[in-house]
Amino acid sequence: MSASTLSPTKQAQTTTSRTKYASGLSPDWLLPAVYFLILLFIAGIWFRYLEFSTKDTPKALGIIGIGILCSGCCSLLGCYLVLRRMSLIGDAISHAVLPGIAIAFYFTGQPYGIGIMLGAMALGMLTSFLTQSLHSLGRVSEDASMGVVFTSLFALGVILIQLWGPRAHLDADCVLYGDIIFTMNRTVPMFGHEVPRALLALVPAAVLTLGFIALLWKELKIVSFDPALAAALGIKVWLVHYLLMGMVAGVTVASFESVGSILVVAMLIVPAAAAGLLTDRLWQMLIWSLVIAAHSAIFGYLSAAALNTSAAGMMAVMAGVQFGGAVLLAPRHGLLSRWLRNLRLSVRIASEDTIGQLYRAEEAAALPAGSQLAAIRPSSAPVGIIGWLSRQSLRRKGLVATNAVGSTELTHQGRNAARNIVRAHRLWESFLEANFDLPSDHLHEPAERMEHFLDPDLQQQLDQQLAGRQIDPHGKAIPQGVAVPTSAERPLPG
Amino acid sequence: MSPILDIHDVTVAYQRKPVLWDVDLIIEQPQLAAIVGPNGAGKSTLIKAVLGLIPMASGSVQVLGEPVARQRKKIGYVPQRESVDWDFPVSVLDVVLMGTYGRLGWFRRPGHAEREWARQCLNKVGLSQFERRQIGQLSGGQQQLVFLARALAQKAEIYFMDEPMAGVDAATEQIIFELLRELRQQGKTIIAVHHDLRTVPLYFDWVALLNMRLVASGPVETTFTPENLRKTYGGRLAILDAAGEAMKAGSEAP
Repeated sequence: MSASTLSPTKQAQTTTSRTKYASGLSPDWLLPAVYFLILLFIAGIWFRYLEFSTKDTPKALGIIGIGILCSGCCSLLGCYLVLRRMSLIGDAISHAVLPGIAIAFYFTGQPYGIGIMLGAMALGMLTSFLTQSLHSLGRVSEDASMGVVFTSLFALGVILIQLWGPRAHLDADCVLYGDIIFTMNRTVPMFGHEVPRALLALVPAAVLTLGFIALLWKELKIVSFDPALAAALGIKVWLVHYLLMGMVAGVTVASFESVGSILVVAMLIVPAAAAGLLTDRLWQMLIWSLVIAAHSAIFGYLSAAALNTSAAGMMAVMAGVQFGGAVLLAPRHGLLSRWLRNLRLSVRIASEDTIGQLYRAEEAAALPAGSQLAAIRPSSAPVGIIGWLSRQSLRRKGLVATNAVGSTELTHQGRNAARNIVRAHRLWESFLEANFDLPSDHLHEPAERMEHFLDPDLQQQLDQQLAGRQIDPHGKAIPQGVAVPTSAERPLPG
Repeated sequence: MSPILDIHDVTVAYQRKPVLWDVDLIIEQPQLAAIVGPNGAGKSTLIKAVLGLIPMASGSVQVLGEPVARQRKKIGYVPQRESVDWDFPVSVLDVVLMGTYGRLGWFRRPGHAEREWARQCLNKVGLSQFERRQIGQLSGGQQQLVFLARALAQKAEIYFMDEPMAGVDAATEQIIFELLRELRQQGKTIIAVHHDLRTVPLYFDWVALLNMRLVASGPVETTFTPENLRKTYGGRLAILDAAGEAMKAGSEAP
């Protein structure tokens, strides 16, 4: 069963990352949209397959909707926490708002609504303020002061709730773990309809979050990227900081009843961290984190229904699964693409080594017999999958061919490419000899590594530095460079 | 006519221990000025204190006759390249656009005019073809040029630059120098922390020698002398260190 919950996510991610490879020209919003729609399609099929009764369907959709609201708000703000390397302050705030909730409840008598949110926002800013002042006034390190502030406030909150809570159904368990399944049952009358109580907090939280990010888009961006410049430009860095902390606290508390404070932390950080791997634009990161958060909610609910377990818990698990997918498959920063880049580099190096050896063999054969220079270093052909791939690539590019007696030899094009490699090698050896205090038997190996990375431009610079030197330290001629279109494959960055 | 920069008796302290003592510095005319001194001399600290990024223990700063807080739109700043996260998800053009944020004020986003201006500034440093790149994909020298383009986008009168030529290759250093000289010719003042003593007389026409206190300041020809350099680099003043420690200890004593 768990396999079936994992595979749709993974398949869809493979598909989207392939799209990214294939179409560099696609508009930037296409990828998250494609990912969103594919997963939505899979979720739709799964939803039918789970066979909710007609009575349960609106309730199920309602719970999913509430899950999306919670995780969406959290993930958007979470992007800024992740970018500012403040992920743990989300953790701290989500715990420290508890006394704010208790106090607001004491005065309003309602365990939900705008009063609770304001109380929490005040405590969120207070947490951040106390942490900073404890750090700057006393001799307490920043992480220790954060630890002190949030645990003390959290403990205070637990006690206040136990003192005041019993009088009106506010219990610590609910605040900690939440209970998304029952959110649809707890309704309040509004505009003649029974509206889920959780929406009273979540809808304002969502509106506030979107408004906050839209209005303060440039301020949040510059304060996150370069706070020193922001301050020098006269932007009130501290104000933006405290507003962000207040928003995090507000959204946290709005999500409490549904997903609970512990899972809020997951929703603040995990979708945002995954989104950060998938793109290198801020607005795309926000969109990706929304999409990932939405699918965490959808698949979290569906898999919880299938496994008959905690929905909020499965939502956090699904965020984790998508994060794992991003780590593996992200287009530029993912493990898979890094592995492919390394493989491609290895193949290039192996092919270049092969043609370099063939060139040296030809060179030796052309020398008079018995010449000392005719001795070439013994070398083995590259073996294994990389060797095979390199031979395929050389043949495909037409750099080598099989001759009449069945052995491999360079084509005209291949000889030109090889000449450039050997030239790079010998230029580097000469450069090392001229500038480094190295014995002559230490020159070959560094040059063997460097020859693959010296493009024509660098070769020309070396040639100029060496004042047109013709002979390498081992007495062999440095061949002249040839313009070879096929070897224009530049060394890969990274 | 008020001086361009008037640093009056500025002392900066970390946890009550002064790291910069009573710096008094006046720049009357537009200059291409270098701040020079050994490691830990307080060069960056001075710039940050002038800009109000760290608090001053005492003293005051005026730019063009007014406190810094009222002249922000006339002040450009280039922080050290290492001070930001280059993996941040923004494009090169985004970073240059940030130079225009100060003029826009709260809530307003950069529009078409700002984009055009940012493109021009990017073009000035020769990085137009990279405008859509993520900033981490640039070389160190190119990143430094992006910071300079961003400073140009600020349209300031006086620029503070923290090591604008640190860690760049010779060709980029030349480009940066040409840019600074052009700014200077437009009547702007540049105050740059500089680390390479050999190039001070080449690039700058005014110099401030700093080592926990101002050792000397003035035109390069008269101030950048072996005698002054010896005073600047000939070790820290042991008595200043001891006095600083005494102040710190005094404030902590029971």
